Amino acid sequence: MANNYIKQLVNKQYEYGFVTAIESDTFAPGLSEDVIRRLSHIKNEPEFLLNWRLRAYRHWLTLEPPAWAHIQYPKIDYQSMIYYAAPKVKTDGPKSLDDIDPALLETYKKLGIPLHEQGRLAGVAVDAVFDSVSVATTFKSKLAEAGVLFCSFSEAVKLHPELIETYLGSVVPYKDNFFAALNSAVFSDGSFVYIPKGVRCPMELSTYFRINAANTGQFERTLIIADDHSYVSYLEGCTAPMRDENQLHAAVVELVAHDHAQIKYSTVQNWYPGDEEGRGGIFNFVTKRGACRGVHSKISWTQIETGSAITWKYPSVILQGDDSVGEFYSVALTNHRQQADTGTKMIHIGKNTRSTIISKGISAGFGQNTYRGLVRILPTATHARNYTQCDSLLIGETCGAHTFPYIETKNASAQLEHEACTSKIGEDQLFYCRQRGLSEENAVSMIVNGFCKKVLNELPMEFAVEAQKLLEVSLEGSVG
Amino acid sequence: MLVIRDLQAFIRDEKQEAKQILCGVHLTVKPGEVHAIMGPNGSGKSTLSNVLAGHEGYQITQGDVHFEGKDLLTLSPEERAAAGLFLAFQYPVEIPGVNNMYFLRTALNSIRHHKNLPPLDAMDFLSLVKSKMKEVGMDEKFLSRAVNEGFSGGEKKRNEVLQMLMLEPKLAILDETDSGLDIDALQAVAKGVNTLRNGTRSFIVVTHYQRLLTYIVPDVVHVMVKGKIIQSGGKELAEALEAKGYGWLENEAEV
Repeated sequence: MANNYIKQLVNKQYEYGFVTAIESDTFAPGLSEDVIRRLSHIKNEPEFLLNWRLRAYRHWLTLEPPAWAHIQYPKIDYQSMIYYAAPKVKTDGPKSLDDIDPALLETYKKLGIPLHEQGRLAGVAVDAVFDSVSVATTFKSKLAEAGVLFCSFSEAVKLHPELIETYLGSVVPYKDNFFAALNSAVFSDGSFVYIPKGVRCPMELSTYFRINAANTGQFERTLIIADDHSYVSYLEGCTAPMRDENQLHAAVVELVAHDHAQIKYSTVQNWYPGDEEGRGGIFNFVTKRGACRGVHSKISWTQIETGSAITWKYPSVILQGDDSVGEFYSVALTNHRQQADTGTKMIHIGKNTRSTIISKGISAGFGQNTYRGLVRILPTATHARNYTQCDSLLIGETCGAHTFPYIETKNASAQLEHEACTSKIGEDQLFYCRQRGLSEENAVSMIVNGFCKKVLNELPMEFAVEAQKLLEVSLEGSVG
Repeated sequence: MLVIRDLQAFIRDEKQEAKQILCGVHLTVKPGEVHAIMGPNGSGKSTLSNVLAGHEGYQITQGDVHFEGKDLLTLSPEERAAAGLFLAFQYPVEIPGVNNMYFLRTALNSIRHHKNLPPLDAMDFLSLVKSKMKEVGMDEKFLSRAVNEGFSGGEKKRNEVLQMLMLEPKLAILDETDSGLDIDALQAVAKGVNTLRNGTRSFIVVTHYQRLLTYIVPDVVHVMVKGKIIQSGGKELAEALEAKGYGWLENEAEV
């Protein structure tokens, strides 16, 4: 049915697949203690950080990659990968936007990232991570007035080593898993946010990640700390050039919310997904976790995952403080040969802790989409509550949707609800819309957006539109 | 308005076996006329409605259909809608998460776009849709609900009629819109149709029962059996069917 339209859309190119020709300082491929020492040395890191990296590395050597996820990929050769690639800078480091390579700024412009005045208009503060190095943080001074610290991870290591030493690895220890250990050993940069007591961050904070260099792994680390009674909304976006080989992205994100603090973390992930045959694309193996340490704290994850050849991520919340709240809203879309194994963990420790999980998986083409979620209620979590809804939408006959919900309850006062449904974009729905005058294109995007509505509603306004567009581009035309 | 000549179509069942459903349908509907198509279950009435609206599940093997001089069978469903053909579905589908008002406005503006009319802005649209809702006896709260989601059978059918009133088609096909309706809903449906009757707009009303036809008085009644129209007549034919059932016609047809 409507084959022309489908072909046309399936052939739609990945828009962000360009490569920027800039010189970069790169290490030779391979990983060893020596590489880590050099990396740490280049970045002028304090002793404690180097030691932490080395401990992580030694631990990583003892680990095997996880095999339990519902994904398939060739074995990764970690010795053929480059662990550090930084755009060459004239001096010590960019002091202001003027010092940054114009080619790089041009790249960001193509990506639609508001670095210059656009940024001011949009009222979004952006930290941009290009390959391994954080390039520019806009709005630094305005944020500083509010007492908000928002800078690259490297800068935070220099300026606020005590905060890094206290919080680094406190939510995701390097022993957590294979990829977290690898990241801890070799992470090159990332973003750092600290919101002081009682401060409501005056604008959305945002990071854009971009992998440019070939054969490079990107290992960034994000650490966000919200002190008592503070609030921050944070968004990350990701793109990468089209390349035939796979590239690894193994990030770690740690969030800490103290008493009455609230962190809203949104992701629009559009890494290069590979071509129709499954060649190339990013392996997105990411560990994200938040700790609701304080009473009445709240962490909410919203993710729109449309890119990557493989997505393996479970943004989780540890609900430690009494009356704390964890939320997870997810849209994961797999088209062509993409695979996603994603979901969340909600660990209830404190009393009256509540969590909500809304997961929407969309599969098209030969895409495989897995929801994997854990809700754990510990004996201390009296009157804990969870609501889970995970729905799958199938488009066509050749894709797959899988659901693995795990529930462990050790407190009888807990209340848990779980709803799940799998549906197909019906030809009947399409026909109905088209009979009312809508083109097939509009009909599909309307149905899909309707399916994802609960999640899209959670995104900050200006990004909801972007996410909607992304869904349209990634998905339409897979109808058949 | 509509000329159907020797239309034949089949559908493939689950076993991919072809099942002939329309076996040579002839039908001419003039502007302003209301035609009723009656017939037993499985006679091809709904198939005819779906084929006219462009459902891609059916394969047309013979015949042609002209709608206002255009070769209807070459048009996509949305082009047919834009040309002024409307189908009130027997089983309106639910579209979760899609706001009913948003859907209606998108539909209306798509069709206006084809007619080279500017889109209706939100305010104009709202006042229009509210007045139409009153006509079909629908509460305004249905505007903010998802399309047909959780609607009762009667609410779904009223929603179909609301869409018809908004889109103002040249030819409306009502596919068993009366089935499963209580008397209030039935009258609301009939009122919707009667409001639109204006001497140029045409209707094809597919129904099992004579009941609807006491509210929507047809100009012509056809009886469809085994994929063919075997008898046509005035409104009294419907009454005769109600009294005698389809059996006598089927027997006659076989003679």
